[in-house]
Amino acid sequence: MRNRGTLSLHIPEPHNRPGDAPDFSNILIPPAGALERPPIDANARALSPYAYTLIRVLDAEGRAVGAWNPHLEPQALIKGLHDMMLTRAFDERMYRVQRQGKISFYVKSTGEEAVSVAAAHAVEASDMCFPAYRQQGFLIARGYPLIDMMCQCFSNVRDPIKGRQLPVMYSASSHNFFTVSGNLGTQFPQAVGWAMASAYKNDDRIAVSFIGDGTTAEGDFHHALNFAAVYRAPVVLNVVNNQWAISSFNGIACGEEATFAARAIGYGLPGLRVDGNDFLAVYAAEQWAAERARANLGATLIEHYTYRAEAHSTSDDPSRYRPTDEWQAWPLGDPVARLKQHLIHIGAWSEAEHQALSDEIATLTRETQREAETIGTLATGSRPAKATMFEDVYEEIPWHLQAQMKEAGV
Amino acid sequence: MTAMNMIQALNSALDVMLAKDPNVLVFGQDVGYFGGVFRATEGLQKKHGMTRCFDAPIAESGLVAVGIGMSVYGLRPVVEIQFADYIYPAYDQIVSEAARIRYRSGGDFHVPLTIRTPYGGGIYGGQTHSQSPEALFTHVTGLKTVVPSNPRDAKGLLISAIEDNDPVIFLEPKRLYSGPFDGYHDRPVQPWSKHGLSEVPDGYYSVPLGEAAVVREGSAVTVLCYGTMVHVALAAAEATGIDAEIIDLRTLIPLDIKAIVRSVQKTGRCVVAHEATQTSGYGAELSALVQEHCFYHLEAPVQRVTGWDTPYPHAFEWDYFPGPDRVAEGMRRALAS
Ligand SMILES: Cc1ncc(C[n+]2csc(CCOP(=O)(O)OP(=O)(O)O)c2C)c(N)n1
Ligand SMILES: [Mg+2]
Repeated sequence: MRNRGTLSLHIPEPHNRPGDAPDFSNILIPPAGALERPPIDANARALSPYAYTLIRVLDAEGRAVGAWNPHLEPQALIKGLHDMMLTRAFDERMYRVQRQGKISFYVKSTGEEAVSVAAAHAVEASDMCFPAYRQQGFLIARGYPLIDMMCQCFSNVRDPIKGRQLPVMYSASSHNFFTVSGNLGTQFPQAVGWAMASAYKNDDRIAVSFIGDGTTAEGDFHHALNFAAVYRAPVVLNVVNNQWAISSFNGIACGEEATFAARAIGYGLPGLRVDGNDFLAVYAAEQWAAERARANLGATLIEHYTYRAEAHSTSDDPSRYRPTDEWQAWPLGDPVARLKQHLIHIGAWSEAEHQALSDEIATLTRETQREAETIGTLATGSRPAKATMFEDVYEEIPWHLQAQMKEAGV
Repeated sequence: MTAMNMIQALNSALDVMLAKDPNVLVFGQDVGYFGGVFRATEGLQKKHGMTRCFDAPIAESGLVAVGIGMSVYGLRPVVEIQFADYIYPAYDQIVSEAARIRYRSGGDFHVPLTIRTPYGGGIYGGQTHSQSPEALFTHVTGLKTVVPSNPRDAKGLLISAIEDNDPVIFLEPKRLYSGPFDGYHDRPVQPWSKHGLSEVPDGYYSVPLGEAAVVREGSAVTVLCYGTMVHVALAAAEATGIDAEIIDLRTLIPLDIKAIVRSVQKTGRCVVAHEATQTSGYGAELSALVQEHCFYHLEAPVQRVTGWDTPYPHAFEWDYFPGPDRVAEGMRRALAS
């Protein structure tokens, strides 16, 4: 018998809205250390269970457990903690600077620092990164000068991109960090193309890219997976699932039945799902995927399960669409606190050392801000020369732009 | 009548149409529970129900394509693209599909789809929150392109767009959402409530597509403009004392050629002003039309005042934006010979 009942349109809704108590009881969290670490040449089809679970290394007591433990030296862990703390402090400072009207806009990465920082640590400095706009942690972990980041945000005379873009839209070829686009998702297939070029040239460098959960809905996400699968491109494709895309929960991006990592399965790629607030788990998954890519075995999609602790940007007010205290209830905790706990647990760190590092970072960011502001802010009007706005449209300035420069009086 | 800013007027248009016609649906990124990043759909989901106003994935091509499919079923979808700068992934669906379905099917199918999108600069939004891509749509035959410049027109034109049986690109000058910004960025902007055209009828009414409005009568020079530039041109006339006739085109396609010809035949001089880049911009079309229709009445070459042919540079907001000084300069050039 055919079903002749009437149809109805389904519109997904998140579990909690403002006024509700945060409730993450629907989230399945396997214990840390529960999963095998498959060989890097494992068959993609055999890996499909990894798209529906969570790779976790740090347990509730701060122990690193199980096969995915990357066994990093304490010094490497301390560097990871440093970079995450610096990223958070930098974000705090630039947020305040925006509130003071000295820059036009800012985007924090609070709560998801482990994703960018651990990924940067797990790949080589020569590998090419195609970031989204929330990967400041990656650039910081690569040692890009903080002063240059601030000057970019201030759009001042020392802004490396000449005042052309909104704050956070960094570009740093010197650090193998591609120019950030405001148009979502475009970087993902570009990373695949870079990786294909590297393979074509018999190079040994790989590409790494990041995309938000919301942005996986764009066609470009799917183009990236398909090209990566077809050409076995040496690329690590990261989805930062921070649960939200401005006001839209992630069920709007991919429905409520699948995971983002599972998107890989249909393309014949490995899809790993990782506790994104666990520095060691992110590092381990990224390292696995990087090794696989370098062994000519192609791309991996990694979903980092995390939570956007702050507003989408300085233009946003999340209390309008989600419970304000959701982050406090986030079951995977805070990546900084968890790595700190681990370091203390292994005897490589103390509260006193943590406080000292925290103070050192506060001084560094404060002094860098002072230096950057001395050069100029958007409000003080210290900008690159007006004539520069006509440069870089083309390699050479054509006659009609020269005429316009004249009209503009430059 | 209620005093409304442009956002409230747009919201009212959607509210009226959702109530009037069960075939109207409103969707786009963040438009549902949240009510849109510019608040244009605030309260609509709560009032009209989940299935009438809802969030959509970040996939502009998908948004427009789904809107086309719904149109083919017989609905009148209103899709929001969060910023015009993000409409490009949808370009194929707009150009090859929405605009051509009536023609390629010999009139068998048509697409009564409205695509709303904020456009234009003046908000320190950098190159991906400031663009004016109207010419990419006016160049595509089969599309209508509408640009309101005040709350009353915004509501009436949006209602006409929704009721129109062809696809309409509805470009909202975001710098005008809260007040009639006239390009003097260093002065406070009046709220809409101080402006006559913020008096908006509460219920249903429409402003027909294809009719321009003379917003200032004058005899010295005609200024053709739309969106934010209407207020900039008014400010330029005010500042210079030049007796300009300022025409708010309101609809770019179909264009009110009669209003243009009538005015230019009277003044003999013409300035075309838009925020968009100059080369192959809509001003080129206007300039050509004026030349074709009014050649023997013209006393001077048609002048264009536009954004420079560069991407919109973040730090150079006011060097880029064609403010009243540049419009005044254009008027002087048109008056010089
Ligand atoms: C093509 C395109 N469409 C829409 C936007 C507007 N927009 C900017 S950020 C954003 C949400 C992105 O969410 P997600 O991908 O989850 O990244 P997150 O902000 O959470 O890091 C939207 C809709 C855009 N920048 N580009
Ligand atoms: Mg997100």
